[in-house]
Amino acid sequence: MRYLVCIKQTPDTAELPKVKPEEAASGELSIQQVVNPWDEHAIEAALQMAENFGGLASVISVGGEKAIEALRSALAMGCKDATLVENADADAWGVAALLAGAVNHMGDVNVVVTGQMTVDGNSGMVPVAVARKLDWPVLTGVAKVLNVSEDAVEVERVVGQARHTVKVKPPVVLSVIKEIGEPRYPTFINIRKAARVKIPVLSADDLGVTVPPPVVHLSNFRKPPARDAHVQLFDGPADEAAGALIDALLAEKVL
Amino acid sequence: MDFALTTEHKMVQDMVRSFAEKEVRPIIPEYDERHEYPRELLPRMAELGIMGICIPVRYGGAGMDYISLGIVSEALEWADASVRETIAVHLALNALAVFQWGTEEQKQRFLVPLATGEKVGCYGLTEPAAGSDVAGLKSTARRDGDDYILNGEKMWITLADVADYMLVFAKTDPEKKHRGITAFMLERGMKGLTTGTIEKKMGVWASNTGWINMDDVRVPKENRIGEEGEGFKVAMSALDNARMTVAAGAAGTIRAVMELSIKYAHERQTFGQPIANYQLVQQMIAKMALNYDIATMLWQRSAWLKNQGVRNTRETSQAKWFATEAAWQAASDAVQIHGAYGFSSEYEVERYLRNAKGAVIYEGTTQIHELMQARYALGWRQDKPIRCELPAYDPDFWQE
Ligand SMILES: Cc1cc2nc3c(=O)[nH]c(=O)nc-3n(C[C@H](O)[C@H](O)[C@H](O)COP(=O)(O)OP(=O)(O)OC[C@H]3O[C@@H](n4cnc5c(N)ncnc54)[C@H](O)[C@@H]3O)c2cc1C
Repeated sequence: MRYLVCIKQTPDTAELPKVKPEEAASGELSIQQVVNPWDEHAIEAALQMAENFGGLASVISVGGEKAIEALRSALAMGCKDATLVENADADAWGVAALLAGAVNHMGDVNVVVTGQMTVDGNSGMVPVAVARKLDWPVLTGVAKVLNVSEDAVEVERVVGQARHTVKVKPPVVLSVIKEIGEPRYPTFINIRKAARVKIPVLSADDLGVTVPPPVVHLSNFRKPPARDAHVQLFDGPADEAAGALIDALLAEKVL
Repeated sequence: MDFALTTEHKMVQDMVRSFAEKEVRPIIPEYDERHEYPRELLPRMAELGIMGICIPVRYGGAGMDYISLGIVSEALEWADASVRETIAVHLALNALAVFQWGTEEQKQRFLVPLATGEKVGCYGLTEPAAGSDVAGLKSTARRDGDDYILNGEKMWITLADVADYMLVFAKTDPEKKHRGITAFMLERGMKGLTTGTIEKKMGVWASNTGWINMDDVRVPKENRIGEEGEGFKVAMSALDNARMTVAAGAAGTIRAVMELSIKYAHERQTFGQPIANYQLVQQMIAKMALNYDIATMLWQRSAWLKNQGVRNTRETSQAKWFATEAAWQAASDAVQIHGAYGFSSEYEVERYLRNAKGAVIYEGTTQIHELMQARYALGWRQDKPIRCELPAYDPDFWQE
């Protein structure tokens, strides 16, 4: 079994408020970048599957030079090998084309694992689009992997308030949610290996993929206006303060 | 010349900072309040390889270098000085001393379980009547056949009530001063060996600080670390190792209180604007930022020299002196920036201030470092080679 985790280097969410609209539009961010937090759970899922059901976990990212850092983090967590696919000017559909091309190029991938979405793009489209490009089934919202074998992959999905147990025949694309497990820490041995390894970089040409021209164009980037919030304190004896509070709540139509 | 951390060091930093943020800092306030040592962290740190981070893999460690030891110290003290102290005494003062001075047999016996974290170590030098004046220590070790009989009391010993292995110093020749001191590894359970905890302290409430009492403790000669009379050198070289971790830890304190101060300065309004707008507040934050960088460069130089196998007593003392004083100042300014809220234990800054005072006292008081630096500068002090230097970091040897 070979599991391929797809990860993206995204802005550190703690630093997101610092991003200026122009930067976001150009994609040239000056802030700290980290592995997309959802994808850390995908890495954890792949490592768990490899441990529990046999096989090995590989990791891939479509991105620029910086994405090498994200790939090294995944290697430090325990992935066996990593590949960087050069980013051509691609939207989610284009990224999916590159990832699917890489899966075909590798030839022996049984399960593609992704996070639920990215903290920058927020579309959640890539796993579904990869599956579409590969013509594989896709299971989203995966909370637990129950079994993996040559014949069947059995998972628990969260769908709204419900939970489904679903079995499919691999190959398959899984997009996992946080519940799958807390991402593990890297080990020092893996850090040493990950820091030294040379990560191969493939282009669309290497993969024989023609990247579809982007169909999604973001026409307007802006920050939401700051919320106009204020705090009101009610002093005085409890019954008076409570009365004043109720009046205020009624006036604001909260009650 | 290169001031940047390597890819490997950055990854170590990410990993330990994430551990400190997720698993250490959130649990500290409660332990601190209860004056209790967070023992639950020991198996966790062992599992992650932190307890023996800079010890070669062949001796049960994680095979990383001395810079990684500093990175760990900085990250842990960002959470709380008490946890960094654990690494300082267990790893830098005890395990590294065995690595540096121990025989191969002692490395197998003591270093391996220390590095894996199966056993915890501490370091007992200070006595009720001898702190800075190490040569004035009163504990004795009398030879009796193949054993030594130890008597005396050690005071202010970090992890006294937690440690399994205690590296203590006693006089085999009470007539002599430095040259009469010998180092021994005591093991918990030895007859006549008792320990206790000092309950009333100003800071590091989440650390265990205590005493060790030795009442005719029979110690086999196999537990003697180094030769008879070499104990002072063992003790001082161990301090060279640990002072780097204290300095790096102090940088962690500065980072923590600076973050808290910046956040608060943006939030707190007086006279219709955030206090961050006032230059007098800005000045305190600017000093924290400057001192964080200086402290970082100083501890990193010390760790780098250790990696090279170059004697670094002078540089390490500078790092410890500067960084701990800067941390004490930064924590005090952080309380000032927080006003009365800083004075309240509802906010974290007062804990950092209480903890920071310890570090300008232990591992050589500020005054002792000032004296040392003056003696170096005046040309009155030169470091002579010692029989066992801390081995230079060699990735091949460490990771094999
Ligand atoms: C939280 C904590 C943890 C500790 N952990 C350990 C541990 O794990 N192991 C261990 O062995 N010890 C430990 N210690 C003890 C610590 O190392 C000593 O407290 C320290 O060395 C100072 O010794 P002292 O307290 O006896 O002070 P003293 O040596 O009595 O000094 C008192 C004052 O006199 C000054 N002074 C002393 N001599 C001179 C001089 N020649 N010139 C100018 N000024 C001088 C000092 O700077 C200080 O201001 C710990 C202490 C604390 C507070």
